[in-house]
Parts: sequence; C-alpha cells; structure tokens
Amino acid sequence: MAKLTFKTDKCKGCGLCVDACPKGVLALAQDKINQKGHHPVEAVNEAACIGCAFCATMCPDCIIKVER
Amino acid sequence: MAEKVLMKGNEAIAEAAILAGCRHYFGYPITPQTEVAAYMAKRMPKIGGTFLQAESEIAAINMVYGVSATGKRVMTSSSSPGISLKGEGLSYLAGADLPALVVNVQRGGPGLGGIQPSQSDYFQATKGGAHGDFHMIVLAPASVQEMAELTVKGFDLADKYRMTAMILADGTMGQMMEPVSLDFAEGEKVEKPWATNGTKMARPHNVVNSLFLKPEQLEKTNFERFERYETIKQNEVMYEEYMMEDAEICVVAFGIASRVSKNAINEARAKGIKVGLIRPITLWPFPEKAIAAAAEKVKKFISVELSMGQMIEDVRLAVNGKAPVTLCNRTGGMIPEPEQVLAAITEAAK
Amino acid sequence: MAVVFDKPHALADVPLHYCPGCTHGIVHRLVAEVIDELGIEGRTIGVAPVGCSVMAYDYFNCDMIEAAHGRAPAVATGVKRSDPENIVFTYQGDGDLASIGMAETVHSAARNENITIIFINNAIYGMTGGQMAPTSLPGQVTQTSPYGRDTSLCGFPIKVCEMLSQLDGPEYLERVAVNNVKNVKNAKKAIKKAFENQVNGKGFSLVEVISSCPTNWGMTPKKALEWIDEKMIPYYPLGVYKDRSAEK
Repeated sequence: MAKLTFKTDKCKGCGLCVDACPKGVLALAQDKINQKGHHPVEAVNEAACIGCAFCATMCPDCIIKVER
Repeated sequence: MAEKVLMKGNEAIAEAAILAGCRHYFGYPITPQTEVAAYMAKRMPKIGGTFLQAESEIAAINMVYGVSATGKRVMTSSSSPGISLKGEGLSYLAGADLPALVVNVQRGGPGLGGIQPSQSDYFQATKGGAHGDFHMIVLAPASVQEMAELTVKGFDLADKYRMTAMILADGTMGQMMEPVSLDFAEGEKVEKPWATNGTKMARPHNVVNSLFLKPEQLEKTNFERFERYETIKQNEVMYEEYMMEDAEICVVAFGIASRVSKNAINEARAKGIKVGLIRPITLWPFPEKAIAAAAEKVKKFISVELSMGQMIEDVRLAVNGKAPVTLCNRTGGMIPEPEQVLAAITEAAK
Repeated sequence: MAVVFDKPHALADVPLHYCPGCTHGIVHRLVAEVIDELGIEGRTIGVAPVGCSVMAYDYFNCDMIEAAHGRAPAVATGVKRSDPENIVFTYQGDGDLASIGMAETVHSAARNENITIIFINNAIYGMTGGQMAPTSLPGQVTQTSPYGRDTSLCGFPIKVCEMLSQLDGPEYLERVAVNNVKNVKNAKKAIKKAFENQVNGKGFSLVEVISSCPTNWGMTPKKALEWIDEKMIPYYPLGVYKDRSAEK
C-alpha cells in the first residue's frame, strides 16, 4: 500500500515518470490541462503502486511525493 | 609620524592593501606591475592570506569576484593588455554591485604595445572599461606615497559604494622608489548583509547576480546604480590645485604628467608667466566643477597627457567652450620633458 | 505511512524553467539531496553558469552566485579561498565548461582546487537554441552544424573526464548518466562522493552527467533518453576516470 501526491500545477507532462513505473500506475491525463498548459500526470491504478519511487526518481520537476 | 621606508610604487600598493585588510590577491604576471604579485606572493602566506597566480587575467578577476561575493576585501593588479582581459569581470562586478580594488599600472598600447609608461587607458578606465552602463571609481596617484594612500582609500570607497575602485597608475609610478609613510589603519568595516558566505540556515539565501531578464528590472537597477554614482560625484571628487590663485593659464595633468608639469610651471613662473595646475586625483568622478570654476578666470587650458589626448575630452566638457584647450603630449611609452610642457605654456602665454 | 520520496530542502520550491523532460531538473534534485544528506546547506555556496542552467541561482536554497560564461571554477576558487569551510560547487553545461571556460576548468583541476563541479554534458547549446557544443557528436545535426558535425571542419568532441584524468591534480572524476532509474541512482552516488571529497578536504571532484535535451535534439523526452543509450554513452563511456582515494 503506497500513496502518491502530485504537485499537478508544476507538471510539464513529459511522461518520464509514466515510463519509469514498473506497475503501470501512472498516465498523462489527456482530458485535463494544468496551469502550464500540459496534460499532467495522474495515478490511474494507485492500488498497484508498490512505493518504489521510480517515478519520482525520474521526474525532472520534483512534483511527486511517495509514501509507503 | 610613522617612519618612512623606501619602496617601489608597486610594492607600496601591495603593502598598503595588506594594511587595509586585504587578504586575497589574484594576478597574472605582466610588466610593469609584476612587483605587486611578487610582493603578495612573499607576504600573503605569512599572514594567513591568499596569493594565487591565476591561469589568466580573466580567471584572476573572476577569483576576485568570488572572494568579493563572500564579503571580503580582495584585489588584483595588471597592466594595460591584462586590464582589457579583465574587462569582462569588471562589467560583472559592476552588474552584481561587488566591491573590489583593481590596479592598472599602464603601459603603451594599443595591442601588445610596449612596456614603457603610458596614460592611454584613460578612456577605458573612466568611461566604463567594458560592456554595459557602469563606472568605476578611478584614482590617479602621482607619488609612491599616493600609490599607498589611494590604495587604502580605494578599498574604503569600493566597500562604501559597492563597486570597483581602480588605481590608474603608470609604469613610472609602479617602478620608481620614494620614501613612504605606511601609517594606515584598516578602514571602517562596512556591513555586507548581501554577501554569499553561507546562510548558516539563519536567513533566506543570498544571490549575487548581474542577470535581469526583464528590461524594466534592469533599467531600474541601472537607474539606482547611477543615483549612487551621482552621490559619488557630489562627495568623492579629489584634486590638487597648484598655483591656481592668479593663474591665467591652467595645466591639467595627472600622475607622472602632473609632476613633469609642475617642473615646467615652476620654470614658467620664474619667467613671470601666470600658470597653475589642476591635478585630478579622482579621474572618475572627474573634477569638472573645479575646472569649470577655473574656466571662469583662466584664458587657456593645456592638457598634458601620456596619450594621444584622452582626458582632454573631459577637460573640454568641463571648460564648456569658455577657453581654448590644447594638448601637450607624448605617447607610446614616451614621457613629455618639462621643456616640452614649458614650450606649450610659453606658446599659450603669447 | 513513511515518506519514501519528497522534495529535498535544499531545492527551492519554485517551478523550474526547463523544457518538459529536460534532465537538468533531475540533476538539480540530486545535488539538493546530497546537500541535505550531508547537512551542509548553511555553508554551501553554489556557482551558476551561463547557459540553460543560468537561473540555477533561484533553484537552490543555499547561497548562490551567478558567474560569467565559463568562469564558474575561477569564481568558486575565490569563494573557497575566502573561507575553506565553505562548501562550493559549480553547475556548468558543456559550452560553459568545455568551450569558453576550458582554461578555468583545466587549471582548477590542475590545482586540485577543493571544489565540486557538476558538469552537464548534453552535447548541445540549449539556451541559445541548439548550436553545436564542444561535446556534440560527430555527424550530429545542430543549428550551427546543419549538415551534421563535420570533424574535418570543426574537429572532434572533447572528452572532458578522459582529458582531465591525464592531470596529476584532480582527486575524482566520474562520468554518469541520468537516462534511467539505475543510472540516476549511480549519478547520485557520484555526486555525493564529489561533495564528500570536498567536505573531507580531498580536492577537485568533477562529475560529468550525460543529460538529455529533448527540445534541441528534436526528440520526445522518452526518445531522448534512449538516444543517450544509443549514441551518447558509446562515445562517452560511463565510469570512474580518476579516484585518488581508491589509488592509495
């Protein structure tokens, strides 16, 4: 059981976190646009999150907080 | 009265800097100022200071930038071609409002030029010296004693106004030996809350920076800096008047040219010519009011320079058309003889 | 619930101006994490370069100085000599460090100046819009090598770690990459060692970080990370190029 928190407004939608996640937890929200004009990341399958923080490790904008 | 010691001008600068509390010197060898570096190399290790021979003048001025950013007194010295290399750093020091002392023991130019004395970096020193809107305080010593005094003064002014003070000397000033009294106390300590010397986790971080991407912000910063320059113009002008009370001819000269001129003036006075001297000690700010006041009563001005005529432009601006201003000069490392200056004075008296 | 991952304190809580997927942000965070872990934020002074990371002075909570292009190692030398208790790092790109500032780089290394240099090699000038860098690969298309870098005209890329390793001066030189989780973790270890060396008075430590520039490479962020594996790392092999403490 892990918890992900995103600073959605700072997300630039680069998707590096999506690719880094080994469990397919993340996706870019194609139906949302943040203040910066990007499709921000969101957890689409948080239940599968193992709290490995690979997503946060690859995030260039330090927007992901991981708790486990 | 402190005991006098016989020193070269370059050595006097170095010792005065140490007395002024400077513990960091960075430089690169170049004639005719290398004695400053050599003196610092001997002294600094003995007093817990830093002497570092940098890989270039560019590196040296940027090391100065680094030390200055931490809030400590720091200096570098060079000669004309080396000062050109330091130009980049001088502009950044100005842009970041950092105090520093920079010594230019001038030699003839342009290019590699020569190694004999010159005053042909006047434009470079007084009009900014590199890109952007800025000035440096420019101090022109005319004796070994003044080499020392103005070094101490330069550190104080640099700290007070957060800017570079430049000693604009020349090869003669650097190389000649005269008795010097080194009776200096460390200047008043100026608080530097802007210094990047570590937050100690007790304050927000400080940033030393000259980048302002918003033009409104850069303009504001430049306006503020030039307001400070106005204060300096009001308060820090230094000059010497010699036999000006009844003068009808005014010689304007600084540094070695002023000493040659004094000899010529003494000879001219012996012949009954009413001639005097205004010797700018600060070249920036320039003693324009003193010269403008002289222009009200003097008939002719002579600018005596070791250049093709650079200061003469500032003299003409100050005289403002009220009297003719002529040039008496040598260049390329040559020094005018008193006879040449006397001839110019005699001609002016006709 | 325990926090596994969060923003390090030394990294300012402000939006970074970098393009989406640019790995500058990852390296900034690694530096900040190391500053946190070593507890040195209060005595650390960073020196920012000219280039994409010019505004790094706004991104760290320690004191920061903005240097002229290429002069960061000279500025850092001044800061360090001012007070050896200061922990001083520079953060420089390839144009800054390996082109205009090469003299400052080489001589600070030769002096074994006790500073830490984080060198971002992304084989391009980013801030000015994608010109050829001293580290651009042979054949690489950039704005100023529109037909591909022709080595007969403009020479070969400079391998900074290999070159500096020939000097007796430097303490530690390592090349890392930040194109996947494993490499990022290795990069963190190298950066930490580079700071620890300074804390322990060992001397000049430089970490070259192979980074991506999706915008000027003309690739997606994902493709850019793959390009690092395909093109950059074969030319710039990762590893330790000098480690004097390991030699002893």
